[in-house]
Amino acid sequence: MKNSRLKLLSSPYIVWAVIFIIVPLGMVFYYGLTDKTGAFTLENVMAVMSEEHAKALWISLGLSLLSTAVCFFLAYPLAMILAHMNVNQHSFIVLIFILPMWMNFLLRTLAWQTLLEKTGAINNLLSFFHLPPLNIINTPYAIVLGMVYNFLPFMVLPIYNALVKIDPNVVNAAKDLGANPIQTFFKITLPLSIPGIISGITMVFIPALTTFVISKLLGGSKILLIGNVIEEEFTQAGNWHLGSGLSIVLMIFILINMAASAIFDKDGEGGLL
Amino acid sequence: MNKELINLVDISKAFDGETVLDELNLNIHENEFLTLLGPSGCGKTTTLRILGGFATPDKGSVIFDGKDITNLPPNKRQLNTVFQKYALFSHMNIAENIAFGLKIKNKPKTYIDDKIKYALKLVNLEGFEKRMPDSLSGGQQQRIAIARAIVNEPKVLLLDEPLGALDLKLRQDMQYELIRLKNELGITFIYVTHDQEEALTMSDTIVVMNQGYIQQIGTPETIYNEPENAFVADFIGDSNIIDAIMLEDRLVSILDTRFHCVDTGFGRNQPVDVVIRPEDVELTAPEDGILKGTVTHLIFKGVHYEMEVTANGFEWLVHSTGMFPVGTEVGIKVDPFNIQIMNKPASEDEEAAGIEE
Repeated sequence: MKNSRLKLLSSPYIVWAVIFIIVPLGMVFYYGLTDKTGAFTLENVMAVMSEEHAKALWISLGLSLLSTAVCFFLAYPLAMILAHMNVNQHSFIVLIFILPMWMNFLLRTLAWQTLLEKTGAINNLLSFFHLPPLNIINTPYAIVLGMVYNFLPFMVLPIYNALVKIDPNVVNAAKDLGANPIQTFFKITLPLSIPGIISGITMVFIPALTTFVISKLLGGSKILLIGNVIEEEFTQAGNWHLGSGLSIVLMIFILINMAASAIFDKDGEGGLL
Repeated sequence: MNKELINLVDISKAFDGETVLDELNLNIHENEFLTLLGPSGCGKTTTLRILGGFATPDKGSVIFDGKDITNLPPNKRQLNTVFQKYALFSHMNIAENIAFGLKIKNKPKTYIDDKIKYALKLVNLEGFEKRMPDSLSGGQQQRIAIARAIVNEPKVLLLDEPLGALDLKLRQDMQYELIRLKNELGITFIYVTHDQEEALTMSDTIVVMNQGYIQQIGTPETIYNEPENAFVADFIGDSNIIDAIMLEDRLVSILDTRFHCVDTGFGRNQPVDVVIRPEDVELTAPEDGILKGTVTHLIFKGVHYEMEVTANGFEWLVHSTGMFPVGTEVGIKVDPFNIQIMNKPASEDEEAAGIEE
């Protein structure tokens, strides 16, 4: 049977998925829902209610929402400009956009750390022109900057993808029927690009919510995101149970976001290149 | 003829240095069904886009009802377009699609609802208000695209190969539908197509275009029966186009054989092109014909037989209800008024605009 042969072909992937996805996920749930004696408990999950953890979660949600919003407002006009370029121009610009993504994420973030330092490149430049220094390193602004910088391409590309799929004649039809450019944008272009927007929001919001590297490098040790809390439970406190419990909470937020995007993006149209 | 509604004056347009339209002049009348006909790249779609406001001519002007609208944006023009592949708004239902133009103009709700009903009735799709465009067939989507355009009561409807994506049967039905619509609405239709049959069926006036030039303007009968040059003759229907010499008035030498014709005024011994439609070639017994030839191909086409007859080194295309088997010796006869004489292209430019074989 053709079907069984296809199943056979997919077996390497199934093995891979079991080892690297299913088993670790099972372990997270096992540790998250048990205590040190191995007895079932919801204590680790409920620990998110504690003042310290709740604060980290709210800051994480706030900063990742802000970053997602900033990304959206930067990315949409950019994607529109890209979508209106001819083929030769836009493939070059898209390349420029993807290029930094090939460089290591840690390196890029470390570069920002150096740039933003009190005596870093940016402040040296500012003082050279006798301008007041920019003191945003180790503040939430630096974290948002790092998130926006790192995740912007993930917002641009799905929106760009959705925009180039719109038949230019559909836009022309709206103008033909009397809509001015602003009406055309809000009634036609924007609604038709929603799948791309949702996909872009998911791809920025989730990594921003779970990051601990950006906050560590650009936020100093002053600002703890939920990612940092979890990381510390695993690497420093050695409390895998609490770390896993908080991870489950984070996973719930991710699932909510993905469920929302599945509703809007039924055809999977907004996927990345 | 009704009064002139649109004048295209000396329109030129080039894309990337390539001339698409070259000093085109065209007058379009009220209540006319005018078809721009030609092969792809002839400039017909560009002409339509200039009329719709989606392209600006490099030179020349568009006069609409006496006013210059050359630089007016599409949303300010009193004409509506039915786009190739329909271009419906896929995120809106049929009623919202049709209401789009009216809502933009802030018409009252009762007026809009009446208009939607009226338009759907006109295109025979009553009760489709709540359907989504994706759930409709190609023919239905096309009707909605037309309904969406006509509710705005445009003076002119532009149609860009609207039937191109439909299958043959549906296309023929839609042709009659469009003629009916045009008569009921009493507005001007400007129709772009590369399909000569569509053009002949529906139009009051056909404008045959090639490489940015208008080749001929006329009624379907004129275009078919009296093509002005070899390009038009070749593009509209099947035809035999033969080099010939006009010996004197009413006498032409085709393939070194004298044929009587009805044309005058070409001068003596003037080289010309001759067009003879395949259905106008009569096959007879060899001794009764003006020319003798041999049947080389025979195909049954349903309505008629299609034959190729070699005579004096030329392959004659013949349509006839009578049949001669391959290899038969036949005579060829043509009635004088079925021989259409055309001037040879005067310059190389015109030659380039002619047929490429």
